[in-house]
Amino acid sequence: MASATAAGSSGPAAPQAPKSRRSVTGTRKAVAALFLLPALVLLGALVVYPIGYSLIRSFYDQSGDSFAGFDNYRALFTDDGIRTALKNNVIWVVFAPTVATALGLIFAVLTERVRWGTAFKLVVFMPMAISMLAAGIIFRLVYDQDPDKGVANAVWVGVHDTFAESSAFPKAHPGRESPLEPAGGGAFITKEPVSAGQTVVLPLVGVAPDLMPDGAEKAAAARPEDGKITGTTWQDFTRGKGVGQLNGVDAAELGYAGMKIEAVKDGEVVASTKASGDGTFSLPAAADGALLRLPADNFAEPYNGLSWLGPSLVTPAIIGSYVWMWAGFAMVLIAAGLAGVPRELLEAARVDGANEWQVFRRVTVPLLAPVLAVVVVTLMINVLKVFDLVFIIAPGSSQDDANVLALELYRKGFASDQPGIASAIAVFLLLLVIPVMWFNVRRLRREVRR
Amino acid sequence: MRTSSTIRTGRTVNRAGNGTARKTTRAAAFLAAGALALSLTACGGDDDGGGDKGQGDGGKETAATVTLPQLDGESLEVAAVWTGAEQKNFEKVLDEFEKRTGAQVTFVPAQDPIINFLGSKVAGGAPPDVAMLPQPGAIKQAVEKGWAKPLGAEATKELAENYTQGWQDIGKVDGKQYGVYYKAANKSLIWYNAQVFENAGASEPKTWDELLTTAQTVYDSGVTPFSVGGAEGWTLTDWFENVYLSQAGPEKYDQLARHEIKWTDPSVKEALTTLAEIWGKKDYVAGGASGALQTDFPASVTQTFTGGDQPKAGMVYEGDFAQVNIGETEAKVGTDAKVFPFPAVGDAAPVVSGGDAAVILQDSEAAQALATWLASPDAAAIHAKLGGYLSPNKNLDASAYPNDVQRKIAEALVAAGDDFRFDMSDQAPQAFGGTPGKGEWKALQDFLKNPKDVAGAQQRLEADAAAAYGN
Repeated sequence: MASATAAGSSGPAAPQAPKSRRSVTGTRKAVAALFLLPALVLLGALVVYPIGYSLIRSFYDQSGDSFAGFDNYRALFTDDGIRTALKNNVIWVVFAPTVATALGLIFAVLTERVRWGTAFKLVVFMPMAISMLAAGIIFRLVYDQDPDKGVANAVWVGVHDTFAESSAFPKAHPGRESPLEPAGGGAFITKEPVSAGQTVVLPLVGVAPDLMPDGAEKAAAARPEDGKITGTTWQDFTRGKGVGQLNGVDAAELGYAGMKIEAVKDGEVVASTKASGDGTFSLPAAADGALLRLPADNFAEPYNGLSWLGPSLVTPAIIGSYVWMWAGFAMVLIAAGLAGVPRELLEAARVDGANEWQVFRRVTVPLLAPVLAVVVVTLMINVLKVFDLVFIIAPGSSQDDANVLALELYRKGFASDQPGIASAIAVFLLLLVIPVMWFNVRRLRREVRR
Repeated sequence: MRTSSTIRTGRTVNRAGNGTARKTTRAAAFLAAGALALSLTACGGDDDGGGDKGQGDGGKETAATVTLPQLDGESLEVAAVWTGAEQKNFEKVLDEFEKRTGAQVTFVPAQDPIINFLGSKVAGGAPPDVAMLPQPGAIKQAVEKGWAKPLGAEATKELAENYTQGWQDIGKVDGKQYGVYYKAANKSLIWYNAQVFENAGASEPKTWDELLTTAQTVYDSGVTPFSVGGAEGWTLTDWFENVYLSQAGPEKYDQLARHEIKWTDPSVKEALTTLAEIWGKKDYVAGGASGALQTDFPASVTQTFTGGDQPKAGMVYEGDFAQVNIGETEAKVGTDAKVFPFPAVGDAAPVVSGGDAAVILQDSEAAQALATWLASPDAAAIHAKLGGYLSPNKNLDASAYPNDVQRKIAEALVAAGDDFRFDMSDQAPQAFGGTPGKGEWKALQDFLKNPKDVAGAQQRLEADAAAAYGN
């Protein structure tokens, strides 16, 4: 924004310069120059020189000793990292300003009609008072994968778990020399068919004693019963002692209370049951000759939420944090514009029978169009140079996927010691900003004339 | 992020082979003894208590073993990337130097990568007198650019007295001594939650196969065996280096570090396949691969030592500096958090090390005297007592370390003699071995995500390495 206004104010200044030659106010050229000098020196040293030097540097190679022509610019469009950055920048420029402006517009229009509007505005505007760095750190936490730390996942997992319950034995698996084998999809099935009057053991390992369901008791060996298949399913692992008797029930081992067991014949479930507290179960004679299967829903992993900062979601997630910060800014500007909209026009539309949506769509928005344009353009310039949020929020493993030009500039210039390419990126960024700035300058001039 | 480049370094035990067989065996014996002692260590070392005591009698009691010139009125600047306690402890060492010589020493906090920081200082015409450089590659770079000045006779003599040849050599460029490796790191350690091992009835492994058995036992008991901090990438290169060094041997390790053999070499394939035995096993890594890739290093350590009987993982691999992060939890190093050396994948267990070397950028009597001071056992003793510090100085009395765990780690490091290897990724060009989201870091992160694709990982590694080494 600062650059836009700086360029804007220097615009109108330019046509005034020739006037001072023949002194409307009687000032001489030398005096005028003297007054301009401090500003010129500052502008020259802090704006013109760095831009010029970046431009020159972008044509030299890594060490800065030999002329490299357009090599750095060629690298700009062949390097994969820079291409991703470019693509992400486009996503940023398209979505971040529009979403922030749209939200700002909605907030502004709504708060106008709420009694506590000012308080609400204050709250929405509050994030603007936080530095990008702090906001980045806040959102790094918000998006944390662990639902116990990250708010985003806590909400997501909470919603998910109300509809789908997690299972009791998420990590249980067959141990050594187990009579069970994986049956695909997370289920386990016996290798041998069972027959009536026989007892079956279905031992698994991998459930910590503290995570056993409440009803779990000490596992008991099943007694054979005529015409029935009986058996035990239990945790074949004693704390501190290991497996103990392999595939046999030891004293301190716990039964898998509530484990579902299905008898499967030719792919069809012929009988099913649930294990009792001590892990014992019995199946009717119908299960004779069937394979016993522990279906996958016994072992469903607890839902862990979305990986917000993983490769696919990281850019939208960071744009979300940007919108959180800047929607307030958009709202305040738009609210100011809204205050200047003549009430009579709105009244007239309502008298003519327009409903609220029509008033908003056909009257308010068109009247606000200049303000909306300012907000969008300002945000665009701001978004083009976005760096801190991406740098802080994206973890190293997905920094490549979240890359934007400004970050790539930093990485090339300061981490991989490629000042030539970094300068080329800087020049390229400048070229991208110029049309937007030109638009802003032109609009400002028109406003001055008005 | 700072940890990544400053503390990472690696030392490796050589396999017996050439004429040094006897020495190697002795080193191995020492290591074994160290390992045994490590496992027996049950008394908790309290960093803070030891530190406070140490501070009091640090400079006073020790008789000076090093002669320093009088430098009244001189002033020096020392740049390093250390912050917080690390910086404060180092300043104590500088204070003692001021006291003995009368010179004024200012600590200049630098940012990573320090070589770029120095570049801007040199360009500005005011480089610090001495800088602490973490990587041998950085020392070489500083020499090539003409920033670094060779050590004088006195500093070289002090160094020769107190350091093994190997530690002297990694501070040399083209046969000239430039760096004093003041601080070291032992990066061949696996930390584990003692409660988890006890619950599972697991024991400390000595070989890779035993490590896999231990991991399975821990898994069977209901705890995920490993915590991997994959968000940053350097922990992954360290994993690889330990496996590679032990499996392929030091000669190949050196060749790969110089990119004389390609990353598509069969030895790399073997090492990656071995790594996949842990990384690729479902439920062996806390949070799965995608979870590990979002876990930064401090979190990977703390999640191993919090959560009572049910921590997120039972073991975490990293160097001695993991103690700093364990200190943030309730766990006590030595009782709740124990450590064993990285198991042998091939013939001998690896010792990968790292360190920070003092390099003179502005030659003067005072700067030379400071380098001499940092090479002396006196300086090392002051720092060692404050904790969180390992010295490669062989003449440092091990009793200076504040706790047993630290002492054993240090002894293992010194006992390895010259049979250590420096962290490979620290020797590589920064674009390959030290940039987040690029080069080796990124390739190994992709490999962690998809451990089946060994050939693809090798090709990516080779392509990035070729670009970074320029050959």
